[in-house]
Amino acid sequence: MDYRPWTISDMSVIFILILVSIVVAGLFLGAFFWAVRSGQYDDTHSPSVRMLFEDKKPKKAEIKESVDREISDE
Amino acid sequence: MSVTANSTATLKASCHHCGDPCKPGVITSDEKDFCCRGCKTVFEILSSHQLEGYYQLEPSPGQSRKLEEKALYDFLENETIRKSLLEFASEQCEKVTFNIPAIHCSSCIWLLENLDRLEHGVIDVKVDFTNKKASVHYQPQRLSLKQLAELLHRIGYAPQMSLDEDQGRKKKQSYDHRLVIKIGIAGFCFGNVMLLSFPDYLGLNGIEQTYQNFFRYLNALLAVPVVFYAGVDYFISAFKGLRQRYANIDVPIVLGVSVLFLRSSYEVLAGIGPGYFDSLVGLIFFLLIGKWFQNKTYSGLSFDRDYKSYFPLAILKDVAGSLEPTPVAALNKGDEVAIRNNEIIPADAILIDKEAAIDYSFITGESEPVWQKKGDYIYAGGRLSGVVKRMVVQKEVSQSYLTRLWNDEAFSKEEQGRPMVDRLSKYFTAVIISVAILAGVAWQFINPDKAWLVFTAVLIVACPCALALATPFTTGNMMRVFGRNKFYLKNAATVERFSEIDTLVFDKTGTITHTDQRSLIFSGEPLSAEEQRWVRSVVAGSTHPLSRMVYDFLKQHEPLTEPEAYREMPGKGIEATISEVTLRLGSAEFVGLGDEQHPAETRVYLKIREVNRGFFQVQSGYREGIDDCVNQLSDHYKLAVLSGDNAGEERALRSFFPPDTLMQFSQSPEDKLNTIKKMQHDGRKVIMLGDGLNDAGALKQSDIGIAVTEDIGTFSPASDAILEAGTLCRLDDLLKLGKSGKRVIRASFTLSFLYNFAGVSLAVAGVFSPLIAAVLMPLSSISIVIFTMLAVRIIAKKYRL
Repeated sequence: MDYRPWTISDMSVIFILILVSIVVAGLFLGAFFWAVRSGQYDDTHSPSVRMLFEDKKPKKAEIKESVDREISDE
Repeated sequence: MSVTANSTATLKASCHHCGDPCKPGVITSDEKDFCCRGCKTVFEILSSHQLEGYYQLEPSPGQSRKLEEKALYDFLENETIRKSLLEFASEQCEKVTFNIPAIHCSSCIWLLENLDRLEHGVIDVKVDFTNKKASVHYQPQRLSLKQLAELLHRIGYAPQMSLDEDQGRKKKQSYDHRLVIKIGIAGFCFGNVMLLSFPDYLGLNGIEQTYQNFFRYLNALLAVPVVFYAGVDYFISAFKGLRQRYANIDVPIVLGVSVLFLRSSYEVLAGIGPGYFDSLVGLIFFLLIGKWFQNKTYSGLSFDRDYKSYFPLAILKDVAGSLEPTPVAALNKGDEVAIRNNEIIPADAILIDKEAAIDYSFITGESEPVWQKKGDYIYAGGRLSGVVKRMVVQKEVSQSYLTRLWNDEAFSKEEQGRPMVDRLSKYFTAVIISVAILAGVAWQFINPDKAWLVFTAVLIVACPCALALATPFTTGNMMRVFGRNKFYLKNAATVERFSEIDTLVFDKTGTITHTDQRSLIFSGEPLSAEEQRWVRSVVAGSTHPLSRMVYDFLKQHEPLTEPEAYREMPGKGIEATISEVTLRLGSAEFVGLGDEQHPAETRVYLKIREVNRGFFQVQSGYREGIDDCVNQLSDHYKLAVLSGDNAGEERALRSFFPPDTLMQFSQSPEDKLNTIKKMQHDGRKVIMLGDGLNDAGALKQSDIGIAVTEDIGTFSPASDAILEAGTLCRLDDLLKLGKSGKRVIRASFTLSFLYNFAGVSLAVAGVFSPLIAAVLMPLSSISIVIFTMLAVRIIAKKYRL
């Protein structure tokens, strides 16, 4: 007897694989939505220039961050 | 060789701040040359705060400060205005976003983002380069909003504020976001559906068929969000069109999409076949990309500005004896207001002070200030030059002389003309439905089982995807070519209107002439070198624009002598004694030639030792190459000139305009609008080219209104297109390209009809299958995209654009 119970389960892994792959792709789609909504594509020039500037010493950055948090909470 | 190079280098220096040519060694700081004091001041402010990096990132990144005007930001102390501008306010921190049109290079980003080094009240600045905006966090205890605006103005980044402009832009942005998200969803589903459809293309058998249904159901599931979310705009648009009893291009699209979805769902649910989900999802994905491509706009430019963008936000109003900034919209008849130097008068008013010089260049294009006396009626839109004057408001802002223009129906009319594709689609829809019905009936006799399939197949394959893509890709490509040539269109619909144009109407001042470069001629007995030196020494002490022009005109006569006596009478002229010689310079009346006035021309009369020597006459500086440009244009178009200025230059204009050109002078903004209206009434299609608020009505009324501007960052009136003044001479080529747009669209229509014809033939013959659909649909769409792109490129090359 050549009984191979894994034949069916062997192939049916494809259900899981496809569903998982769609879910993973969906996560990236979600990340894309987040990027669009948060305005990352509104201005594509300044960030490319900004990263070449020397780092500023963010002495007052905490105030700004707390304000940003408040604005996004509103 | 090196000697010549050196000598040209010393003759021609350029301003370290703004890059304008300047004389070396005149205005210097730290061994660097500057063209004016304004530029030098900015350099000194920056270098004293270790911000020289500004000049290292890009050479001469600044804006010229020669035409610097003192901006007034007092209105920022008004609580209502301040609140409406601030995005966030607390005791420690306030946040505001300014429009700063001067942002143009990486140095700008660097300087603005390092603003905290210059002013410690600033916490953080973030620049949005694409939209030319800067968001500033600052500490209100150390720096007020007004001080912040003044600081930015001082370093050459004057913020521009208007209250309602931003709302339109925000709406546009959220629309763009939604469109991109829809494309994201459609693209995501398209990829997955294609992948899951492959097994069906290749053919499955045996045990694998267990998975077939799984793949098909998954496809159906993925198509749902594409049809009902990403494609919903097409349904809405088709429904709206049908309600107006009009079959726009979205009607056959929606017909195709609906049939595709219903038939595919039926096939999958009944287990008959795989359906056409791949074609369906791909179709919507391509259509959305077309929409996105066409929607490309110039976010840094504004095409919808009305008078409110020019007027101050607030003005000083006399409230019980003290002056308080009040929003202009709140001004009522009878209010007493104080107008300061360079401020624009927002409402028609009567002067209470003794006299005032009002510059009406905004409205008329006439740049010499007009002297008004106590009790004179002053029109809104005039700019005060001189010290503070008080006036009493006579009309509300919206009812004033200039702003009344915006109540004209031209400003409320809808976009005119339906796009060509919508005019075609009504026939297209009718033909497709009849062919589908005929084929269905015919198959009823041949093979009744297939009749229903053939009927739906025709509707599916005829779905005018390629047809719908032809226009957006042609116009989108055109807009990009125009944009490269500094001609910016408001939207893609403008491109289609170019082909009908037969008349061009020009404004004079600022459009065919330079606004600031004007030249003088002297007529009369030539002056001796010494006399010229005297005149130059006298005018050197005056700041009147005409004095400055005379001063520049007599350039080569140095050194200057200090006059022994000097008296300047505002609005009249100068009387001075120099080397014991009396000179009088000024109006005809002032030198005693009262009856010899030429109101049509601007002249400065000169009297030396009680003898009249002649006059300096102002001539507009015509743009370089304007005569050739007019010459080329006159071959294809009827031309006209409408000027708010006087007829003084009619003869000069006639010399290069064709003899039958209509020329009208001393035109009010309403006259211009009405002239355009009359031309259109006579069946002509008109392009208006203008630059100022006085052209606003005509720009709006015309079929295509083109605002001509020296600097696209500055305010230009509402229009369909913005043309940088330097490109004006290429107008003929630009219009030729614009006209060919329709030909390209027509050619691509023909191409897409061929695809449709081939597809429909197959469908009628009953040999249509999902695989054929999956090949035909992307093939037709992509070839249309490539065709339009190449066609536009080739035509642009032909006209060297």
